[in-house]
Amino acid sequence: MEVPILKQGPYLIASIQSALSDADLVQLRDALVEQVGRLRSRGVIVDVTALDVMDSFATRTLRDITFMIRLRGAETVIVGIQPDVAFTMVQLGLKLEGVPTALDLEEGITFLSKKDGSPAKETNSRER
Amino acid sequence: MGALPRKRTLVNGERNPVEAAVPARSPIGNTRDRVLEEIAVHINGDTDIVAARQKGRVLAGTLGFSSSELTLIATAISELARNIVLYAKQGEIVLRVLERGEQRGIMVRAGDQGPGIPDVRRALQGGFSTSRSLGLGLPGVRRLMDEFEIESRVGYGTTVTARKWKR
Amino acid sequence: MVNEMRESREARTTFGAAHQMTAPTAELLRQLVAHLRQNRTQLREEWARRITEAKLLTAMTKEEIFAEATSVYDNYVEALETGTFEALQAYARNLSERIIPRGVETHEVVGIVLLLRDVLARSLFAKYQNDFALLNRILDAYEPAANRIANTVAVGFVQERERVIREQQEAIRVLSTPVLQVRERLLILPIIGVIDPQRARQLTEQLLRGIRTNRARVVVIDITGVPVMDANVANNLVQTVEATRLLGATVIITGLSPEIAQTLVTIGVDLGKMNTVGDLQGGIEEAERLLGYKVVTFTESADHALRA
Repeated sequence: MEVPILKQGPYLIASIQSALSDADLVQLRDALVEQVGRLRSRGVIVDVTALDVMDSFATRTLRDITFMIRLRGAETVIVGIQPDVAFTMVQLGLKLEGVPTALDLEEGITFLSKKDGSPAKETNSRER
Repeated sequence: MGALPRKRTLVNGERNPVEAAVPARSPIGNTRDRVLEEIAVHINGDTDIVAARQKGRVLAGTLGFSSSELTLIATAISELARNIVLYAKQGEIVLRVLERGEQRGIMVRAGDQGPGIPDVRRALQGGFSTSRSLGLGLPGVRRLMDEFEIESRVGYGTTVTARKWKR
Repeated sequence: MVNEMRESREARTTFGAAHQMTAPTAELLRQLVAHLRQNRTQLREEWARRITEAKLLTAMTKEEIFAEATSVYDNYVEALETGTFEALQAYARNLSERIIPRGVETHEVVGIVLLLRDVLARSLFAKYQNDFALLNRILDAYEPAANRIANTVAVGFVQERERVIREQQEAIRVLSTPVLQVRERLLILPIIGVIDPQRARQLTEQLLRGIRTNRARVVVIDITGVPVMDANVANNLVQTVEATRLLGATVIITGLSPEIAQTLVTIGVDLGKMNTVGDLQGGIEEAERLLGYKVVTFTESADHALRA
């Protein structure tokens, strides 16, 4: 099952809808790495909310995506990792080191806009 | 083939000393466990990995495992099934609902007739890998499950059996 | 007539001994029950007196002891008469439920039941001392039933106590890992007490769910109340921090005692990636800074108010 990739302003959003096979993940990686250059995107959000399992292969592929896209001059953030999935990942020793994470899509966009200095909405900073 | 001596490594099986005394030829290794249900999933490619872990999650769900335990079990199945695809190309995942005394649990057995693992002990240490996996597969599965056994013979194949008991 | 009675009694009986009960034994028990009924007032007074004398049930008043003694006595006689223990068992459980919260110990409960056995045996001795053979037969009939009764009460108490302890442990577990939202996007997890692997697991699951439901961005884990930390607990803590990061939140750890800091360094836990701040107050300030709040100290705001 192919993962739809949406262009949202300067960002690409890959929203995973269901369980993915290894081939699907590799296909997603290749598509993102290709499109980020062609569309001159500044950031990529991979939404994994729908994934109920993130094993070593999925984790490694997400890391590969992040690093490859960084080499292409853009930043990636993984959003929506479920509590149970995170719990299992750390027990497996899969920490996604060097890969930015955020709670959900909204937080992911906030993270990217802070990162590339664009004046996008700052949902969270306020003065007291 | 049954007459050949097999290398058998028991890990985390200490809670059941009877296991060690079971002949190496016995397919699962524990005669005290009663099998309540069994599903076999043929593993032939990476889409079968997804099928196997989904079936495992549903089966374990009938035992009343918590959602985080179900995720642990599904992930363990995924890792074992992937090892089959990576190293042996094809094999089988057998999922069983077990009863041992008062306890109920799930057993996952991944069997293949691939090249086998020359150094099982090393394969169980974190960081070791002969292929493109992270090398976290087996030690990771061992951490996720309550019991873990591996039986491998170079040139004949590998069988990994893991169990998780409902607390 | 006696045979009929025996049959009806056996039909209801729940203890094995009764099945081998001979007609004379049944008759003896009947005599015994009649004796205990006749002397009810005097015997339970004697029992209550002995309880006070032996300094048992000190958590209860004299009146309470007498009231409970009366109930136990009546249930006891009924169990002897009918050979069924359900009523006594239910009463024992009910009694345990009431007295356990008041700190009554197992030895006290066993003690009072043994005292009752003794009081009754002495009374039987006084009544039948002139006919030694009959006394022996009466005691033979009485002993197994009395032992069974003592056993029922004591086991009921212990089971109830275990149930209460389990419940309390569970309650403590839930209470001792509260995930508190102090303000939008900020959670505090004060951990108090010893962490074992099971608790660490529960704590992590609770925290991760809390992060998701509250959309938390920063979590302050305060371990001021954690007395000791070994390598296992430290690794659990590291795992909690890693899992939290996977969800997209940041962890600040506060309240690391000098001893625990020393332990962590000695066992080589990688704290490099951990965000630690001295105390909870400092941790909350750091969290607010991360969240983009401007920290205003009390004196500053007071100055401001004065000037305004």
